Amino acid sequence: MYQYDEFDADFVQERAVQFGRQVEDRLAGKITEEQFRPLRLMNGLYLQLHAYMLRINVPYGCLNSTQMRKLAHIARVFDKGYGHLTTRQNMQFNWIKLSDMPAILLELASVEMHGIQSSGNCIRNITADEYAGSAADEIEDPRVYCEILRQWSSLHPEFSFLPRKFKIAVSGSDRDRAVIKAHDIGLRLHKNEAGEAGFEVFVGGGLGRTPFIGKSIRDFLPTQHVLSYCEAILRVYNQLGRRDNKYKARIKILVHEMGADVFGEKVEKEWAEIRETALELADSETARIRGFFAPPAHEKLDDDDSDLAGDPAFATWVEQQTAGHKKPGYTIVNVSCSPVGKPPGDISAAQMDGFADLADTYNFGEMRVTHNQNLVLTDVRKKDLLPLWQKLVTLGLATPNHGLISDTICCPGLDYCALANARSIPLAEKLSERFADQQKQKDIGEIYLNMSGCINACGHHHIGNIGIVGVDKKNSELYQLMLGGSAEEDASLGKILGRGFDEDGIVDAVECVINTYIELREAGEKFIETYRRVGPDPFKEKVYSAPA
Amino acid sequence: MPLLRDGKITEDPYTRVVGSDELPGEGPILVDLSRWQAERDALVAWGSEVGVQLAADESPAAIALDLEHIALVALEFPAFTDGRAYSYARLLRERHRFEGELRAVGDVLIEQLHFMDRVGFDSFDMKSAEAAEEWKTAQADMSVWYQPTGDERATATRLRRS
Ligand code: SF4
Repeated sequence: MYQYDEFDADFVQERAVQFGRQVEDRLAGKITEEQFRPLRLMNGLYLQLHAYMLRINVPYGCLNSTQMRKLAHIARVFDKGYGHLTTRQNMQFNWIKLSDMPAILLELASVEMHGIQSSGNCIRNITADEYAGSAADEIEDPRVYCEILRQWSSLHPEFSFLPRKFKIAVSGSDRDRAVIKAHDIGLRLHKNEAGEAGFEVFVGGGLGRTPFIGKSIRDFLPTQHVLSYCEAILRVYNQLGRRDNKYKARIKILVHEMGADVFGEKVEKEWAEIRETALELADSETARIRGFFAPPAHEKLDDDDSDLAGDPAFATWVEQQTAGHKKPGYTIVNVSCSPVGKPPGDISAAQMDGFADLADTYNFGEMRVTHNQNLVLTDVRKKDLLPLWQKLVTLGLATPNHGLISDTICCPGLDYCALANARSIPLAEKLSERFADQQKQKDIGEIYLNMSGCINACGHHHIGNIGIVGVDKKNSELYQLMLGGSAEEDASLGKILGRGFDEDGIVDAVECVINTYIELREAGEKFIETYRRVGPDPFKEKVYSAPA
Repeated sequence: MPLLRDGKITEDPYTRVVGSDELPGEGPILVDLSRWQAERDALVAWGSEVGVQLAADESPAAIALDLEHIALVALEFPAFTDGRAYSYARLLRERHRFEGELRAVGDVLIEQLHFMDRVGFDSFDMKSAEAAEEWKTAQADMSVWYQPTGDERATATRLRRS
């Protein structure tokens, strides 16, 4: 993975010292909360319902074991002993004391981490395919360009006060595991007929109150132009994006109101002016960055699956949690942080430490955070799966629910978030309990259930095959049900099925939807495929005719 | 408002002429875009420097062809969170090759000066007279830059190669 050099190290250290001083000024009463607010937001510190929340960037989800142990240390010393993995592949701590911030930032800086730009109206942590570098279906490694974009976007002087926050995702495989069409900019690496790598560029995707699927404005952008093209997009948006209404300020609204064609023309025009500037990537620079992402020292192995049977619990886990690797004898391991009856994405300090050890033993000291709030080991020898699994069981990280209904995406909701209408974590827990039976989950098959505590959609409910969102009706918590969303290549937005439910009602409704699917599905059909074939009506009928 | 220029608080030689206010007898003046457009010829002939102030929704494209007659462009920040003028500044400097004074006015905070400095602003309407001192401290905070902008400061990428 990428390693800081003196420049990167100085950058983060200087910023930590600077913010530390600003915190001291605030604590000494030299500046007001109003003056302090923009400063803390630039550094990833939010004020939530009960305490400060610190969001720490995990660049495109890549983390090494030293960093993970540092996060464990912070969880133990400065928080309540756990952290929370977010849909931006970051780590959040929900119980931070302001007076501890200077110390925390220095701790983080010592392992090349920080919270810069994890909030505010700027370019946020860039996300990528969590299997990057290892996936069997990969065309090009997206991390190279994520890192190039990360540096370019760090305290960008022109784009630090955008109309609204700005999210970029990069995917390098046929299968989109980075939800690129739900991003302000989505970049899809692919190859042209001459075999050269380039990007298809999507703009204007996003969830929130007014969800849109991103639109393609360029089929093929040669990779050396990625910075100038992004700069052109941002420059158009920075000047023309709406600033009169916070809820209409994302680029998706501009693209929608102007039309993707017109927006694309403006970008191309701006780009023509800046493409041959210092922003053009020199081959040597790309190669230098690529060097950091060279594959680890894989052994030459036979692709032998014979050890993977045996214990049925182990076999189930292997079947559910592993994914195809480029190299024979190796596999990608998904590690669920959404066990039955626990908040999705929460991870304790002990689990962090334990997992860091496993990464050292079995995965070259590295790991990934996924946008599904889980963890991934990308380069595990198949023959190590059994001991790895046994240790994951001990850590409580061996739930075999990858891609199944209990592997939910869920925002913090009313338990933490001041904007929430409803609790989402307890509901996620209830749902995972309702569907706890492994056999049943397996029978239901691949399905994505996402939930948010309000229309801001941090839990990505629009792109869950089943989406749940908390709404406020006469001061009682109410949940609405959506069906038909998808986060992949064929991205689509879910549609509201009908009137909302209370907490128990929504669990029953989801179960009814699932039972209806099981009745209607044809052999081998996934939930989303059945839904697309039959439409919402059969589901609506069943859900709303069921005896209350 | 104290004017920060070249790291010092200095006297502002310009008289700000808001809207259609009467022009002073002589000396440098700073007018709005609409005034410039309405009285362009007379202002070009003005015996002293003329500056034009652009509101946050007025793109510098509007004066791009007139820049040889304009000594100062002032760009407004109605709130520090409104970052349009950062793009305008770069366009003025890097696209339109404006070499006169580029001034930040409005909600200009010490924390924003780093960014303004990098996109080409060289004078700042500050809220307090202590700004020069504060800016000196703030300037020492950061020494690494990743983006090539018109200010020619060496980026980390360039320094790595040298
Ligand atoms: S979706 Fe709403 S409730 Fe959930 S974290 Fe976002 S703002 Fe808070």
